[in-house]
Amino acid sequence: MCFTQNFWSLFIEGLANGFIYALIALGYTLVYGVLRLINFAHSEVFMSGAFGGLFVLQNLIGSQQPGGWASVGLVAIGIAGAAAAGGAVAFLLERVAYRPLRRRNAPRLAFLISAIGASYFLYNLAGKEFGRQAITIPSPFTNGTVFTVFGAQVQTYYLVVAGVTIALLVLLDRVIAKTRLGQGIRAVAQDADTASLMGVNIDRIISQTFVIGGLLGGAAGFLYALPVGAVFTIGFTPGLKAFTAAVLGGIGNVRGAILGGLLLGIVENLSVSCIATSWRDVVAFGILVLVLMLRPTGLLGEQLGRSA
Amino acid sequence: MTGRAKAGFESGLLARLSRNADVRRLGACVFGMLVLALVTGPEGIEGNPTFGFTESLLKPRVVAFLIAAAVLWALMTFWGRISVWTKKQVFVVTSQGTNLFSDKRVRRTSYVGLVAIGALLPQVLSGTWQEITVDQIGTYVLLALGLNVVIGLAGLLDLGYIAFYLIGAYSTAYWSGALPVQPPIHLDPFFILPLAVLAAMVAGVLLGTPTLRLRGDYLAIVTLGFGEIIQIVATNLQGVTGGAQGVIGIKRFSVNVFGIHYTWPVGATANKPYYYLLLGFVVGVMVAFHLLENSRVGRAWTAIREDEVAAEACGINPLKYKIMAFAIGASTSGLAGVLFASKIGFIDPSEFSVQMSILVVILVVFGGAGSLPGALVGAAFLQWGQNYLRVFNISWYNEQDLYVYLGALLVVMMIFRPQGILPSRRRSREIELAEHGLGSADAMSAGGGS
Repeated sequence: MCFTQNFWSLFIEGLANGFIYALIALGYTLVYGVLRLINFAHSEVFMSGAFGGLFVLQNLIGSQQPGGWASVGLVAIGIAGAAAAGGAVAFLLERVAYRPLRRRNAPRLAFLISAIGASYFLYNLAGKEFGRQAITIPSPFTNGTVFTVFGAQVQTYYLVVAGVTIALLVLLDRVIAKTRLGQGIRAVAQDADTASLMGVNIDRIISQTFVIGGLLGGAAGFLYALPVGAVFTIGFTPGLKAFTAAVLGGIGNVRGAILGGLLLGIVENLSVSCIATSWRDVVAFGILVLVLMLRPTGLLGEQLGRSA
Repeated sequence: MTGRAKAGFESGLLARLSRNADVRRLGACVFGMLVLALVTGPEGIEGNPTFGFTESLLKPRVVAFLIAAAVLWALMTFWGRISVWTKKQVFVVTSQGTNLFSDKRVRRTSYVGLVAIGALLPQVLSGTWQEITVDQIGTYVLLALGLNVVIGLAGLLDLGYIAFYLIGAYSTAYWSGALPVQPPIHLDPFFILPLAVLAAMVAGVLLGTPTLRLRGDYLAIVTLGFGEIIQIVATNLQGVTGGAQGVIGIKRFSVNVFGIHYTWPVGATANKPYYYLLLGFVVGVMVAFHLLENSRVGRAWTAIREDEVAAEACGINPLKYKIMAFAIGASTSGLAGVLFASKIGFIDPSEFSVQMSILVVILVVFGGAGSLPGALVGAAFLQWGQNYLRVFNISWYNEQDLYVYLGALLVVMMIFRPQGILPSRRRSREIELAEHGLGSADAMSAGGGS
């Protein structure tokens, strides 16, 4: 069996990828919840997060490799910069590409086309302004093996990814469950018309939902770009996979997005031991088509969504 | 003043200002013009992220854009004041139905005129432009006509349209014996054509059947993924497709019957024969689609687009007609692939990027989804413009930035003119009605789930 080769090291790497997919998938799922639309430009939010983190760290990290508490601080600042960039882009995106259409009550096709246009505009603009080669992000920590599990080495990077993601997920869960904003998001997701009759400002909720998705997506972009560097085309593939993850877990379902992200990351990475690495991207797509054929509502069902 | 009171005052003032329509419009104008200043500005430098921004936004040239923003704002505000008066006049004119194209004779004459212009065009073009007309304009017009059926007539979004173009091109390569895997018999492109179109159609049906049952946005993302995957497959399946190096030696179109032996020539000076071949196909496809649009099938598509539930209640099977539209689009793309591959004689997987699929979407949407003249004129105009900018080396234009402009164009079109520059009357009416909450203007809801 090819699965058993390097099982644990592939598993751990896949888990780290899965955390990142989960963060992006949440952006799709949250926006889907309030708008019933897939945000095609979400991958560009992710891309801008990678650049945001890059520029913050470029200015902060000198020639010396930071260590200890400085590393923790720098990771936090990098995440904050990336999340801010992602949130800002998501906010502008909603304002420019979605709100005018929503005001006019445009057909759904128009939203998709507008989002695709915005996506192409944004990533090519990033290519124009920041150059078209990948830029290495100065690492805020020294990557090395921290401990081993079943013979698989767990690197610092994986721990950073896991730590940041879990912290953000807990935060998101609290925001959605406890705050007024979260209440608003849930209300709009359940029934936008009734929510607006109850005095919920739908425009504001939608805008804030985009920003929340943008914050998470931006942070994910930074984490994803840390080992590979930031480049303007970075968003496309993870965006497609995170969408797969969101559908796998059940789109519109927050827990489903997390579960789907983790599952997809692990399955995809384990498949590498059976097939050539260049075919890895095909696996996620195969999963997407299979899920759509066999269980279009996803593993956990469309909690927030109606079947439209 | 305490901090809280101050914040309250400021947000109050801001809120009051932002509620003012004129102020909002000014803000939008300035924002739009600054974006324009940015995209027409100089290229950024790697490692210096702010260079591009400061060079384009903090230099004297930005003043011109701000003035343009002010002029635009003034125009829009002014326009708003007089539109109350003009609207009445315009309404009177249009309601009398004096749309020139609604007259059948005028329409027929203009079509004949278009074909005549198409037939005479290569006589006045230089060699370079003849080549551009065939490779860049003609092929894309054909592609746009096919996608127009999917987006415009059926109201579906296909973002992996070029995948079928790839299938058509690689089928041509296969049947001419250019691939590492050999076909049972070698065929000439005229015989390959139906086989390749069939292959593209089968791929379309296979991909469409599971996805078209679901919401329309799923179709968009599945086709997007498919477009990406098929490129990976073509690149990595070395033993079958020849891999990333590509394929050479694809046969050219030729006629060998009744003692006539003619092979379509290629080369920079010999684009005319291929041009006329392509023109023939474009005209044929246009006639076929025109008939299709006004047939039972076309009416079924319209019904599904406008109200799927009602259509289903009238005995139309939405899934069947959606798959049909998707397959017709796919086979047109396959047809274009055959023509392209046999003209160029060389294909490699990198030519069939997802970006190209998006380009065709832009061509269709710009011209007017659902309108044959729209798809034709939109594709021809945008492709001509893009090549004009490239060939004549316009100073502010960098070829790599093409999709910055096209992406922005798409957003602007969706905001201000979703029906396209040459809309079909039916489509613009649908969009207008949908915006007032009557029916839908697309087939984005789940279909055929029964």
